[in-house]
Amino acid sequence: MRILCCIKRVPAPGARINVSADGSSVDAAHLGFTTSPHEECAVEEAVRITERGGGEVTVLTVGGAEAGEQLRYAASVGAHRGVLVLTDGSPWDPQRTARALTAAVESLEAADGAFDLILFGNESADSGGFQVGVRVACALGRAVVNGIKGIELSQGEARLRARREIEGGFEVYELGLPAVLGVKEGLNLPRYPTMRGRLASKKLEIATLAPDSSAGGQRLRRLHRPVETVSDTAILGQGADAAAAAVDAIAELGLV
Amino acid sequence: MLLVLIEHDRGVVGAPALEALTFARGLAAGMDADCCGLMIGAGETSAGRAAASLGAHGAARLYTVEHEVLSDFGPEAWGESLAQAVAALQPAAVLACGSERGNEVMAQAAARLDLPFAANCIAVTAPAPPATAGTENGGGSWSVTRVQWGGSLLEDADLAPGAQNEAAFFSCALHTVAPAPLDPPPGAPEMLPVAVELDAEMSRTVVADRVVLEAGVTLPTAPVVVGGGRGVGSAEGFAVLEELAELLGGRVGCSRAVTNNGWRPHSDQVGQTGTRIAPELYIAAGISGAVQHWVGAMASKHILAVNTDPEANMVAKADWAVVGDLHEVIPAITAEIRRRRAQ
Amino acid sequence: MSDFPSNAKCVVIGAGIVGNCLVGHLTKLGWSDLVLVDKGPLPNPGGSTGHASNFIFPVDHNKEMCLLGVQSADQYRELGLSVDSGGIEVARTRQRMDELQRRMTSAKAWGVEARLLSPEEVAELVPFVNSEVILGGFYCPSVSVVDSLETGTVMRRLAVDDGCRVLANTEVLDIVTTPGPNPGESRVSAVVTSAGVIETEYAVIACGVWSNRIANMAGASIPLVPAVHQMADVGPIDVLAQTGNEIGYPIVRDMDTFCYERQSAGSMEVGSYGHRPILHHPDDIPSNEEAALSPTEMPFTPDDFDPQMEQAIELMDMLGDAEIKYAINGLLSLTPDAMPCLGEVPEVRNLWAAAAVWVKEGPGMAQAVAEWMTFGYPRVIDVHGADIARFYPEERSEEHIWARAGEHFNKTYGIVHPAEQWESRRNLRVGPYFSRQQELGAFFFQARTWERPQWYESNADLLQRYDLGEREVEWDNRWWSPIGNAEHLNLRENCGLVDLSAFQIFELNGPGAVAYAERLAVNRVAVAVGRSVYTPWLTPDGGFHSDLTMMRTAEDRVRIVTGVFDGGRDSFWARRHMPTDGSVTFTDITGDITTLGLWGPKAPAVLAAVCDADLSQAGSPYGSLREVELDCVAGAAPVRATLFRISYVGDAGWEIYLSTADGPAVWDALMRVGADFGLRPAGGAVYGTSGRLEKGYRLMGAELESEYNPLEAGLARPRVKEADFIGKEAYLKARAAGEPEVRMCVLTVEDLHDSRGRERYMQGGNEPIVTPDGERIVDSHGRVSRVTSAGPGPSVGKHLLMAYLPAELASPGTRLGVVYMNETFDVRVAGTGAVFDPDDSRMKE
Repeated sequence: MRILCCIKRVPAPGARINVSADGSSVDAAHLGFTTSPHEECAVEEAVRITERGGGEVTVLTVGGAEAGEQLRYAASVGAHRGVLVLTDGSPWDPQRTARALTAAVESLEAADGAFDLILFGNESADSGGFQVGVRVACALGRAVVNGIKGIELSQGEARLRARREIEGGFEVYELGLPAVLGVKEGLNLPRYPTMRGRLASKKLEIATLAPDSSAGGQRLRRLHRPVETVSDTAILGQGADAAAAAVDAIAELGLV
Repeated sequence: MLLVLIEHDRGVVGAPALEALTFARGLAAGMDADCCGLMIGAGETSAGRAAASLGAHGAARLYTVEHEVLSDFGPEAWGESLAQAVAALQPAAVLACGSERGNEVMAQAAARLDLPFAANCIAVTAPAPPATAGTENGGGSWSVTRVQWGGSLLEDADLAPGAQNEAAFFSCALHTVAPAPLDPPPGAPEMLPVAVELDAEMSRTVVADRVVLEAGVTLPTAPVVVGGGRGVGSAEGFAVLEELAELLGGRVGCSRAVTNNGWRPHSDQVGQTGTRIAPELYIAAGISGAVQHWVGAMASKHILAVNTDPEANMVAKADWAVVGDLHEVIPAITAEIRRRRAQ
Repeated sequence: MSDFPSNAKCVVIGAGIVGNCLVGHLTKLGWSDLVLVDKGPLPNPGGSTGHASNFIFPVDHNKEMCLLGVQSADQYRELGLSVDSGGIEVARTRQRMDELQRRMTSAKAWGVEARLLSPEEVAELVPFVNSEVILGGFYCPSVSVVDSLETGTVMRRLAVDDGCRVLANTEVLDIVTTPGPNPGESRVSAVVTSAGVIETEYAVIACGVWSNRIANMAGASIPLVPAVHQMADVGPIDVLAQTGNEIGYPIVRDMDTFCYERQSAGSMEVGSYGHRPILHHPDDIPSNEEAALSPTEMPFTPDDFDPQMEQAIELMDMLGDAEIKYAINGLLSLTPDAMPCLGEVPEVRNLWAAAAVWVKEGPGMAQAVAEWMTFGYPRVIDVHGADIARFYPEERSEEHIWARAGEHFNKTYGIVHPAEQWESRRNLRVGPYFSRQQELGAFFFQARTWERPQWYESNADLLQRYDLGEREVEWDNRWWSPIGNAEHLNLRENCGLVDLSAFQIFELNGPGAVAYAERLAVNRVAVAVGRSVYTPWLTPDGGFHSDLTMMRTAEDRVRIVTGVFDGGRDSFWARRHMPTDGSVTFTDITGDITTLGLWGPKAPAVLAAVCDADLSQAGSPYGSLREVELDCVAGAAPVRATLFRISYVGDAGWEIYLSTADGPAVWDALMRVGADFGLRPAGGAVYGTSGRLEKGYRLMGAELESEYNPLEAGLARPRVKEADFIGKEAYLKARAAGEPEVRMCVLTVEDLHDSRGRERYMQGGNEPIVTPDGERIVDSHGRVSRVTSAGPGPSVGKHLLMAYLPAELASPGTRLGVVYMNETFDVRVAGTGAVFDPDDSRMKE
């Protein structure tokens, strides 16, 4: 089975995210970078599928050269190929990203045949646009469902059942392949790379594609931090001695 | 006209649709425009049942779309329906609630029309009249403030539809506004069908089945959530939290560090990539309050933090805090509640 | 906050292992009104303690690091917060196997149990080690894993129970100083925090990687830089999980890859000192809020770690399939010379440093600083190597700190020769003869900032004359040349010219100068103008703080001449104890004055060729100062010079003090006229080592440390002067106690051959002196007999050692052993004085 995972390199922040002075981006000076969490699960799922039934996992991203680190990370946990649509690394609007990815998928498929399954993260951790996967699927004319937290292949990997969480249970979608899914964390618990996996990933040859994509209609003006809600925290005390005060507070809410 | 996607599940309209209407009608008022609802895949009966409430929340008219493919929710069919309705009705903008379905259908429709879509806005300003082109909000661009990082950052952005008179797509971030009926409520809106043509292939992404997993209280609806973080230390360490949650009729939640350590299933994870909770009381034990977690918990009505670090982010954001080791504090709270109940 | 401590006796900044232990130790020593401040939360405020690997390998070649490490390990043990896991340093190369022999020697010196293991024995203790890739191991059963966070908490509580206030999540914004007590000085008056201002008498900076930034607030510096130490936690690994313990196997240090593997419950922590040096500016460390993990757990840069992974898998194959669950670029503190920064900072009174201290030595160093603050000098051991006053201004620049930290980071597990020289930041300070020396092929050693010729390649022709050659074993030959011995023999036969520009020269001026000099010195400085005094300065407990020369150059003026290794400390000591009535001023005149040493039987004749003064013993008696004029260039005005008849090499001659500008002319003149007398330049190998050792002269920092007093060192005069001086009470007590328990001795090595028949030469790196039975020799204070200096005695035909020996072993002729490279060599006690010209006739004839 040929599976494509589209991933995004995002900063890994702590309790406070700082914005660059001009508001154009997150100040990542002190931050490491990671793969957007939903997409880590996408890669994990793809790797598990190919580990079970054979096939190949390709990981695709749009970004600056440094986004190669995330492709390598994917390779370190089992992905087979990495493709980078090389940009100057500045943030792209969702339409532009989708156009670039669509072109990349078309080019990859023209060379090596169609992907049976394309996985996106439901939304990126940073900009959270909730649309790139859908746009690519529509452009490719493929079925797409978002919010997926469970995938079962059936009929000799010709179809799949995808689960989406709803209140008190889940919905099931049954799709023929090829298909596109937007997945969410919880789909699986992604593995960490092994040392050998990491070392092997150094040998990954990252294929680079030139972007061919025009800007869409959304333009970032500036990022800013929301006004912090300053809570007047009442410190009820230290240790177990504060239990009575804590229960008083809970009782105020009528919960005791 | 502003067209509002009325989210529903097999005819049952929930809070998201009313939030979207409440949000949109404020915007419409400023633009001197109508605010209309679009209900996809609802028969006259269910649309009629909802009409009064939708009207009360600001829908001047209610457009309905019926098609055999629309027997149940399907993102492609809904998205295509919305796209065709937009083409037919020529609204200035389309709004939905930034729920899972809302964002998905908006993305589908915007994709089909190749128009921009800004998800999870907390503020939308219409373009200024053409005369003021060149000013910040002039030149035909919509100006939005939308959520990034699950709410930890805000983005000011311009949204410029491709050509004159093309619609812009927005969703409002969940819980940005509380659904509020107009006072006095206007009469039920006029119901107008919109015809769409849907390829039978669209049925490929219609919900095929549903599985009910559990009865009773779930994490998103629990009145009390007892959350544990890295400070719990182990899977076994959650026993004290389970005990307290049960006592209070709540559920146990956890931070991403906990699921990554394999101590709890992901379904218990509260956070940007997990579940968003809005309980009456959130007891956050051993949770520092990193961005990832906080954005999932920030809708809690009250927060009691238990942490060894009095300046942990979660403590700063809590209503009450106990400074100390959760393994001492939580059992003591449990015992105290039992003692009072026994009295 | 009404209960904010707006007044304190002492504010300790930083609640890591050091700050916590410091408030604990201060409390034990009777301090009260303490405040402990940290900008982060407790118990882990986010500094280096929070991510430390928390293990202690006690053996170190350096005495301070080793003994304070052992002391720290004992403190952790006493609190029950330590597990003796054992540890093995494995060798992959022959050179490392030699180094492990040296480790065995240091283990013996410091009394740490250790043994060498074959690869198979390593594999018995740590079955997952691939014994194929190693040649052997150095096993130390007392290697321990400690709980530094809990230890900090316990020590902090100890202080809190006695009233110490703790302000967590409170950032220090400024340290306020007030001028005085002497002109140009300042003292701590308050610490400004984000929670309010604390007026305080003392402040201690114990905030690890942030220390320099905090010190800068007060106009001081703590020369250290935050540096990355990469660490990856990999697992789960069944064989580790099955132990059911935090640590069930000995820690393995893979020395040749600069890596360690330390079990942490079910996983393995792989830490590295092998990656490129990655240094950060303190301002680039994120805040607690910004950091994804903690401020000092910076984002991992995997490319830097990859080579280490390959090596780790080579040593422990199972690691290859373990998942990398957690990996950090952990920050720790590095200084320009790889030693900590302890003590009062020279720039600001009552502002103390306890920084660049790692978990492995934290409790011990905290104790040392607490004692220092309480008693005027540490009692646990001498810490001159860690004394922050040691740094010269050039060593405090960011450029210097970064260059040196970058150079020594990869030597953390390196094989570092005792005489190893730095590559970076050379030629910071040079004497006026530097270009001439370069032309003569001088091989320079850098003494702190000063370049000093160690020997001159231009003297290579002497090797044939004296029939000298290289040493047999490369290690013994490293940073050494037989030319030094040739220069020595030529000096004894003819005459040598020694560049002493690196002398640090200070002046006390004013009506109180002589009285103050008396207060500093053990020996009487109130001598006639023109006389000089060689004297110790003592710590309040009566041990050596300094050992130097004081010259009464005028009625109201005393010149202090000390060695370049001690200049910073001596300068600070002299300024710190100065009277505050304005009667004395202190001036550093090092830059104005250059010194040449001219010694040898022909030195008087050489000097007479340019000097008309009476240079006989009568005209220029031993120990006297004499102002003269030197005729250096025909037709030019003579050069004024001060002759000081003294010798540190054992031959007749002078230290010649000159204006720096006049130096080159005098050098040229002496070289010119000396040619007829066989004069050759002689380097530090003669002045500092061979000449000195043949005369048994003691060197500060080697023979002379604060654990020893003048009686033991053999430097006590028959009578004690009337005037009071620092340490007098303790000194009198020691004298009253009678014969000292130990005496400083010179020993000769009787047989240099090792078991393989090779001649070996001890380096003076704390090699233990042992009884004929091979037992360590330890006195009742726990002080061990070890080699404090070693070097050739070309004129006596023996390799010479200096060591303190118990009185009963100090008699000439006593046969003992010295352990070098883990082999014992026969030595013989020569005595407590000179082995060459013991009655000093050559100097004083």
